[in-house]
Amino acid sequence: MNPQALARSRDFDHRGRAWYADRAVTVFVFIGGTSAILFIGGIFAFIAREGLGFVFTEFDAGEFFGSIAWRPTSALDATYGALALIVGTASITGLAMVVSIPFSLAAAVFIGEFARGRVRETLKVLVELLAAIPSVVWGFIGFSIMNSLIIDIFDVPIGLNVLNAGIILGLMAAPIMTTIAEDALKAVPDGYREAAEALGATRWQVIRKVVIPAAKNGLVAAVLLGVGRGFGETMVVLMASGHSINLPDSVFDSVRALTATIAAELGETAVGSDHFRALFTLGILLFLVTFAINLAADIIMRGIRRKGERGRP
Amino acid sequence: MVAGGAPNGGGASAEALSAKVVVQNLTIRYGNHVALRGLDLSIRRNEILGVIGPAGSGKTSFLRALNRMDEFIPGMEVEGRITFDGRDIRRVRNVYALRSRIGVVFPLPVGLPLTVYENVALAPRLRGVRKGSELDEIVERCLRRAALWEEVKDRLDSLGSLLSGGQQQRLTIARALSQEPDLLLLDEFSIAVDPVTTMRIEDVLKDLKNEMSIVLVTNLVQQARRLADRTAFFLTGEHVETSDTARIFSGIVKDPRTHDYIEGRFG
Repeated sequence: MNPQALARSRDFDHRGRAWYADRAVTVFVFIGGTSAILFIGGIFAFIAREGLGFVFTEFDAGEFFGSIAWRPTSALDATYGALALIVGTASITGLAMVVSIPFSLAAAVFIGEFARGRVRETLKVLVELLAAIPSVVWGFIGFSIMNSLIIDIFDVPIGLNVLNAGIILGLMAAPIMTTIAEDALKAVPDGYREAAEALGATRWQVIRKVVIPAAKNGLVAAVLLGVGRGFGETMVVLMASGHSINLPDSVFDSVRALTATIAAELGETAVGSDHFRALFTLGILLFLVTFAINLAADIIMRGIRRKGERGRP
Repeated sequence: MVAGGAPNGGGASAEALSAKVVVQNLTIRYGNHVALRGLDLSIRRNEILGVIGPAGSGKTSFLRALNRMDEFIPGMEVEGRITFDGRDIRRVRNVYALRSRIGVVFPLPVGLPLTVYENVALAPRLRGVRKGSELDEIVERCLRRAALWEEVKDRLDSLGSLLSGGQQQRLTIARALSQEPDLLLLDEFSIAVDPVTTMRIEDVLKDLKNEMSIVLVTNLVQQARRLADRTAFFLTGEHVETSDTARIFSGIVKDPRTHDYIEGRFG
């Protein structure tokens, strides 16, 4: 370094390349980091602009939440009863959780606590791969394979129903729940396990008495994120549920989901029409519910981190 | 042969009969690294056996082998024979029963994410104690014996991890005692404990010796001198010697390295 450059680098009032590079990077990462706020705000504003117009004019809360008559295309008497759609989504998601919660928690416990070495690494990769399978592929499996399986096994006329969509959605949500639940188990210090083992606890006792209580928040968050995922999923429920407006009496009834309704109908509506705006109202509902679920999961996860940092409950 | 009995030596077979634990030709490897080489050692009934030696001498590996904790450490291989009350520990059918008779106190206190009460009640619960009054009694007795009861009796329901470091270490000792162990393994228990608490725990250990065998792994040579009936010196995986503590510290050693170590000339 020549003496001149050295003197400049030590000059209090001279801003060199490094100073500007630092400033540029700061701005860049700030934009990247805060863009999430922009997007979430933007999306909500967009949905709200279209949907709220409907909410304040045609919208009838009694009809929307109380009627199953979703007849947006009726020329004489269009009605927008979303009850069947809400029940459809809820029943599919509910069944999916019944399938995926025990499945994925068991998988997480096996991968995190029992499997060792190569088995464990292989399983982790496979589960992550499973999580990456496009939902249309799952939908296809529901549509072609599960459909005929259900017809054969249960001797019912149609296999595209709550059972089909629930199982497929459950299998689809399981890998993500497994991954998050396994992370939660991994966050439990090994010292806890060793201490409990040294007391003479069996492996299952260690897991039940020490590891699961310690990982409880993370496990709940995993389940909630799985619920959120199931709730917002579209393609599987469109392809496997039968897509017919119906209050189901049993898991063998076809139903229609909120998401699938939007996906199937939006392309055929006139922009700005009541129907178009009613679909956006469904969007608001979906947005609010998934937002609430994810927020709850996030708050619970933060709870864990804080506990980890301060050693407090 | 009991505590403070004949000095080093004596008939090996007689010792084998009366000892709590007999270790024969114990070698521990982690992959290519040999942590402990050909250890022959016995732990007598009702004695405190001090184990000293610099870091990396195989002390902790030795403790791990005693209650078969090696099974959870990938790559740790144990060869040789260890008997506990004459039973080969590799051949017991229920390893959990073996571990339940061996209490372990780790270098840093591991307060399980449970309340003070539940930390101490866990081991009794695991072995099937259900009755509340019985559990209460065990918890109080163990906490008293670990010199902790007076400090925590009003907050048994708060989390163990909220106690101070010294209190947590006494909690882990209470937890180990709740197993009603025959053998208590302490691995540098005083690392995170203040000197006053250390002295209190040491008094507790002197008392406990009447009921169980204790292995005290320590970095503090003076701690071994204060507590141990016999002292074993390990050096980079080699068992240099084991002898009566009084003899070792009065300079009667078989190997000059032992003398150098306790005099602080290396390590």
